[in-house]
Amino acid sequence: MAAQAERRWLLLSPALLILTFAASGPLLIVLVYSFLEAGDYGGVKWVFTTDAWFNVVAERDFFDETIKIADAHVSIFWRSVKLSLMTAVAAFIIGFPTAYFIATRAEKSRDLWMLLIIIPFWTNLLIRTFAVMEIIRNEGVINTLLIKFGIIEAPIQILFTEFAIMLGMVYVYLPLMVLPIYASMERLDFTLVEAAYDLYGTRMRVLRRVIFPLVKPGVIAGSILVFVPSLGAYVTPRVLGGGKQLMLGNLIELQFGQGRNWPLGAALSITLLAIVMIALMFYVRVARLEEPQHGQ
Amino acid sequence: MIEISNITQTFGKGRDAFTALRDVSLTIRENEFFTLLGPSGCGKTTLLRSIAGFVYPTAGTIKLQGEDLLTLPPYSRPVNTVFQSYALFPHMTVAQNIAFGLEMLNQPGAQVKSSVNEMLALVQMTDMADRKTSQISGGQQQRVALARALAPKPKVLLLDEPLSALDFKLRKEMQIELKRLQTETGITFVFVTHDQEEALTMSDRIAVMNEGRILQIDAPRAIYDHPAERFVADFIGETNFLEVDVLSVEADDATIKLTSGATTTARRADTNSATGQATIAVRPEHATLSDDASALLRGTLEDVIYSGTDTHYHIRLQDNCRFVVRKQNHPGTMEAHTVGHQAGVFFDRGVAQILRD
Ligand SMILES: Nc1ncnc2c1ncn2[C@@H]1O[C@H](COP(=O)(O)OP(=O)(O)OP(=O)(O)O)[C@@H](O)[C@H]1O
Ligand SMILES: [Mg+2]
Repeated sequence: MAAQAERRWLLLSPALLILTFAASGPLLIVLVYSFLEAGDYGGVKWVFTTDAWFNVVAERDFFDETIKIADAHVSIFWRSVKLSLMTAVAAFIIGFPTAYFIATRAEKSRDLWMLLIIIPFWTNLLIRTFAVMEIIRNEGVINTLLIKFGIIEAPIQILFTEFAIMLGMVYVYLPLMVLPIYASMERLDFTLVEAAYDLYGTRMRVLRRVIFPLVKPGVIAGSILVFVPSLGAYVTPRVLGGGKQLMLGNLIELQFGQGRNWPLGAALSITLLAIVMIALMFYVRVARLEEPQHGQ
Repeated sequence: MIEISNITQTFGKGRDAFTALRDVSLTIRENEFFTLLGPSGCGKTTLLRSIAGFVYPTAGTIKLQGEDLLTLPPYSRPVNTVFQSYALFPHMTVAQNIAFGLEMLNQPGAQVKSSVNEMLALVQMTDMADRKTSQISGGQQQRVALARALAPKPKVLLLDEPLSALDFKLRKEMQIELKRLQTETGITFVFVTHDQEEALTMSDRIAVMNEGRILQIDAPRAIYDHPAERFVADFIGETNFLEVDVLSVEADDATIKLTSGATTTARRADTNSATGQATIAVRPEHATLSDDASALLRGTLEDVIYSGTDTHYHIRLQDNCRFVVRKQNHPGTMEAHTVGHQAGVFFDRGVAQILRD
């Protein structure tokens, strides 16, 4: 027995090593850095301080030392959460019908449709983001067409707005919404849908009362999968927000780069992680509520 | 009441096209227990689904009390289905499942509640109203499926092999219960099964199907005693087939000559049938062993198989065909026939049935 347990630990050790050094290690470094003083030219000084954490949400006036809320940070937090939520909702609104459409195709053509959804996902993120830029910029496809058909006279400013960032993120992360919803829809027993129609359910009511509750785990998983990377997105807000509309990812990068304030960057990173953890805990709770009390 | 006329159902196109129903016509009467019986893949479910509205026939019409059903979507048809897999909603309780159809019909809450209670009592599931459907047994699920389909008081109830997942004993119980429910509610039942015994026990009338066609529609007794086609005779019960020569025909009967040279009277399934070569069907229990001169056929007794309620005698006839005679057993009687000996077969006039080719 003891030998067997020993062997198990031995077999587990590579995974444990990776977990310890590759995941917890860096995280620990970030945590430690967030409690240190910023070095003059980047880096850290090994002096304990909670300044970085203080600076996450507040700032001290340079002259009279009064404390006020760090408006810039709060608005970036707010924008990040808001845009990520909106991205998740928009991805759901587009992704749900898409997944439903694919799941109701003939078995043979379903894989092809899924492939079409996944191919962009394999394309480089930068390229995809620049493609969106090409479409929405002032001389881009949309504006050119609208002007050509005389619908507008001057181009509409879409690029470098919050909407542009959201559009880009929806496009980039849509497969992450479609995949889990499709997975639960494919498992959905369509005779249940027939039974609901048979029992006088109209299209919308069948969708709301039968289809949606049964694929809800997929919807929640998809929403988390879209929300989490959106929250930490860096490339998309950088390219489509044009450096004016910062998101958390950009703010963090700024602290490690130009800002030369590594501890603040570290504290912001951990804050981001905390928001993600809260979202995941919410997911676990909802998922547990959905589970039947006794398996069949 | 349900008039199905010339329904054809083709799935797919071109080379992959498959015709599941071929020119099916039948009329189902009010308050009838009507059964569709046939082997797997003969199109029973497809016919049921076209009444429910899940498939749209390639040709033909379906009318319910004179109203064209095909113009209505499934959710507007006053027809409910008990699915083979039950298709109970797993995220709802027993009571919520039964209430679903009533809620979709926008019935007021109090009425839904009282109907649900009534249905729960009808299928004896009142104690389990608040259980999830995964927490009840197969037989109970079956009853919930039934209650859910009956609750909106449909004009027609479609049942697709609802008993096939149950074990033998439960199945027998549910057969009686289904029959009782049908009589009590006065709803027309269209019942699908591939179990001939189930069909014979429960039905007012049976339609025997094969390869997308309806071969015969009749009361159980008529189907059993007077099968019109070889397939029907073979599919329902056991049968002996004999090649005969039809000498002359009257209204319902014909005089036939057996291969042994003996003549007797047989019934005609099809009044168009002419004289000449034909096949007849004789049920094993309609024939008797006979040693005297009255025997119509003669041969050698090859096998005697005892099976509890009765004994089967397998006789190799002179023309090398095999003929089975079934005799009910009585206590205390000794087996009088020995394997290898000569045996004669006799059946009454009118027992043999001439089959349609
Ligand atoms: N949607 C469909 N597309 C193509 N073929 C189909 C479709 N539905 C049914 N079929 C075919 O039609 C035939 C009849 O099917 P159906 O389900 O009606 O048979 P059944 O009599 O109910 O059989 P069982 O007793 O096995 O349930 C089968 O050969 C089946 O493969
Ligand atoms: Mg079937």
